[in-house]
Amino acid sequence: MSESVTLSSPTGAQYSQILSVGSYRPSNIVTNAEICTRIDSSDEWIRERSGITERRHASDSDTVVTMATAAANMAIARAGIDPSDIDMVLLATISHPYPTPSAAVEVSELIGARGAAAMDISAACAGFCYGVALANDMIRGGSAKYVVVVGVEKLTDIVNHTDRGTAFIFADGAGAAVIGPSDQPRIAPVVWGGDGSQLQAINMTASSVAFRDDPSLGYPTVTMAGQQVFRWAVTEMAKATKDALEAAGITAEQLDVFIPHQANNRITDALVRALALPESVVVARDIVTTGNTSAASIPLAMDRMLETGEAKSGDTALLIGFGAGLVYAAQVVKLP
Amino acid sequence: MSQEDVLVGFAAIINEVAGVPIDDVQLDKAFVDDLDVDSLSMVEVVMAAEDKWGVKISDDDAKNMRTVGDAVAFINANS
Repeated sequence: MSESVTLSSPTGAQYSQILSVGSYRPSNIVTNAEICTRIDSSDEWIRERSGITERRHASDSDTVVTMATAAANMAIARAGIDPSDIDMVLLATISHPYPTPSAAVEVSELIGARGAAAMDISAACAGFCYGVALANDMIRGGSAKYVVVVGVEKLTDIVNHTDRGTAFIFADGAGAAVIGPSDQPRIAPVVWGGDGSQLQAINMTASSVAFRDDPSLGYPTVTMAGQQVFRWAVTEMAKATKDALEAAGITAEQLDVFIPHQANNRITDALVRALALPESVVVARDIVTTGNTSAASIPLAMDRMLETGEAKSGDTALLIGFGAGLVYAAQVVKLP
Repeated sequence: MSQEDVLVGFAAIINEVAGVPIDDVQLDKAFVDDLDVDSLSMVEVVMAAEDKWGVKISDDDAKNMRTVGDAVAFINANS
């Protein structure tokens, strides 16, 4: 009997696309001078090492959920869809302070998408690109029609503000995209992976359980072996970006825009050199005034570039997110 | 390979990565204090040296390289 029972299999859209992006930048601008009141550094040192001149820090009323909701609402309005048509909310973050319930399900309620499936993604600075890849597969696989992908961080909650190696880099914000069906390929195959042998490269100073049992450890904050991460990023991520171009079936000459995770301008410079990008390719430099916002950095940069006219709708863009794990994901997309 | 050969090749790398004039790259010069080669540039210098001489320079090895002479000696001993 059981052999004769046939299960149905969903048929999804042939292709998917990013329909819109939205963003939320906290209003509190923090200069290098202000950062240097807490660490032994200088404006010049920070600019040379990272390219950052200022960043945004969340206020007490800005939470992962409120920032994500603001960015998602903007993206949904721009996509012109009804929130009730959203089937899935994917929210990438490492700074939501509750292990459960997820930030995604709370955001789904606040954006008017009750009933949508929802989950958080923990892939650090690669989180947004992981979300785009998952959304692409869900839509093409038939398990969703419209997916909201959010990258959001309140990293100031998990940064040691007196740590000279990280205090000037990390910042807060949110970016979101609505992904839906398309009549032609507008999201190319993802190239992704991880390297669990490098867990220590970007890590927390302690687990929350260890801190509970021994408060003298201090509240857990992010630590980073900057040189190790830099070396991995400029070698392995250069390969991943080349693989993503190949997976999309295009060359660097056919690209319009390059939006790497805004980790550090020096990493971006090294990737641009390694890829031998033509000068015609516009490169995201949102880090200069936004800092490193981990999962939020790529959609924030994309939104800024579309807003300023540096990039335009229909442009071919290479995205790559990479970070703690170490993990990474890269894909070529058409900008909304 | 002579020490002089390695120094010449190494000076070219530092010039390329950090824009330091080739003549300034001497064995007794310290990367950070004398040549203003910061930690991230040092990573790029090390990677270029690995490619050029086929040596493996770990992050710990790189941290021990304070002067140009330290780096040249390491490359000579390990390539």
